[in-house]
Amino acid sequence: MRRHGRKKAGIRKKNRAAAVFLLPSLGGVALFVLIPFADVIRRSFLDAMGMEFKGIGNYLELFHNSAFLLAVKNTMRFAFICIPVLLLLSLGIAVLLTGAGKRGKLLKNFYLIPMAVPVASIVLLWKFLFHSQGFLSAFCSMVHLPSLDWMNSSAAFWVLVVSYLWKNMGYDIILWSAGLAAIPDNLYEAARVDGAGSLDCFFRITLPNLLPVFYTITVLSFLNSFKVFREAYLVAGDYPHDSMYLLQHVFNNWFRELSLDKMAAGAVLTFLAVLILILLLQRAWGREG
Amino acid sequence: MKKVILVILGFFALLAAYPVLFLAAGSLMGKQELAVYLAPVLAKGGGYAAFRLFPMYPTLRAYVELLLDSPGYFIMFWNSVRITAGILLGQLLAGVPAAWGFARFEFPFKRAVFTVYVTLMMMPFQVTMLSNYLVLDQMGLMDTLWAVILPGAFSTFPVFIMYRFFTGIPEAVVESARIDGAGEWKIFLHLGLPLGSGGICSAMVLGFLECWNLIEQPLTFLKNKELWPLSLYLPDIGLLEAPAAFAASVVVLLPAFFIFLGGQDYLEQGIVAAAVKE
Repeated sequence: MRRHGRKKAGIRKKNRAAAVFLLPSLGGVALFVLIPFADVIRRSFLDAMGMEFKGIGNYLELFHNSAFLLAVKNTMRFAFICIPVLLLLSLGIAVLLTGAGKRGKLLKNFYLIPMAVPVASIVLLWKFLFHSQGFLSAFCSMVHLPSLDWMNSSAAFWVLVVSYLWKNMGYDIILWSAGLAAIPDNLYEAARVDGAGSLDCFFRITLPNLLPVFYTITVLSFLNSFKVFREAYLVAGDYPHDSMYLLQHVFNNWFRELSLDKMAAGAVLTFLAVLILILLLQRAWGREG
Repeated sequence: MKKVILVILGFFALLAAYPVLFLAAGSLMGKQELAVYLAPVLAKGGGYAAFRLFPMYPTLRAYVELLLDSPGYFIMFWNSVRITAGILLGQLLAGVPAAWGFARFEFPFKRAVFTVYVTLMMMPFQVTMLSNYLVLDQMGLMDTLWAVILPGAFSTFPVFIMYRFFTGIPEAVVESARIDGAGEWKIFLHLGLPLGSGGICSAMVLGFLECWNLIEQPLTFLKNKELWPLSLYLPDIGLLEAPAAFAASVVVLLPAFFIFLGGQDYLEQGIVAAAVKE
């Protein structure tokens, strides 16, 4: 009985210690995110002044709001195009870099550089690159292709794609390389003894063993895709071409108009969408890992 | 075959590094030289822009002009330094103990609280934007640097990274210190901090690159442009301002670049720790 009591007191003491370590952070998170987010959920059912109850009116309005729909469409289109391309390209490069040994390690550093380059400094190049008389147009005229005012046409979307791929390649290469390094060498050796070629090895050993990282890389690449707003904003400002109009643009406009009701409903919807997507991916791939 | 692969890899590597070379080269060119290459874009001329990576007449004039003629730029630079330092300091003070708490203690609702942290770290700014605004407005902090610093300081992402590193410390080490009579605080300071320093550095390197690049937050929470950080700097690029624009872009880049060079290992470890389960 006494021993039990002492153990309990020990646990209580440890709980108190844990609380002391956690409180500053938990307090801040609660104050700046959790409590106000509860308020945001409440507001999403009220009108803009926060006075009158509107039920799901705000949500219904969003589904008829052309700006919001355009942004959602662009965001989804962006994710569906960019993420597969990024994943495949970075996987290919990571495999080749790993195979290239020492030189691969050296070259890898170059791929990581874009992560360190702030958007604010890259905008200058983007402006010269995608101007109607810029470098890209110069290249097009060299190979006798028509050139465009890239930023002010539907090609603007592809400007975002390029910036995203450029910026995130290194990030994904690091993750793939970590996955590759975790595959034990003796698997390959055993396969080679059995007469497997390098393609066999890739499809039967490398790919299956990379499945667990595949999930996290997809999720992280998706989350990073929200950050292309930075490029879009610095290159094209508050009112870019329709094809690069993103969620953050809509939120900024609502913020300027103080449409807090729409912002609240939009925030809740975005939260749910991201949450559901992460859970879905987790279910789809969780079993493999 | 090997050679072909190396050439392909090298080509893409150059492509990745090209923007940095472009900015560096441009910042070392004089007005005339830049004008020759870039006139089609900068002025309304015919033809196409061209460029070269080795200036014909390298000069540091652009940097000198930036130093002497653009006080606004340096105000922004200092705003960036203050925001970045504030957020990182906050992440250290609140985040490191929290990560230790999650890694080393069992307590009621631990799983639930931790899941909340992980979920929050995944959420894009659109989700937390209004929440942050409501609080900042209540506290009268809108339009002060605190509006950017405080929400950033309580980001849950660094907590998660440091947690990953702290869980890697063997329990036996901590337990033996406990048996020797060390208090929890002492264990944290003398064991946790040194053994988890890799994780702390990783979180700081990733945090720095993120803070130096903040755009959404200052754009929303700072109406007064005198408080804007460098990440919102948009150079006027006319023919006359072009050299300064290049120099300014390089100056934005340099701090992040040095952190990257010095902390590349930490950067890689941090990215892996945040993603791959052990």
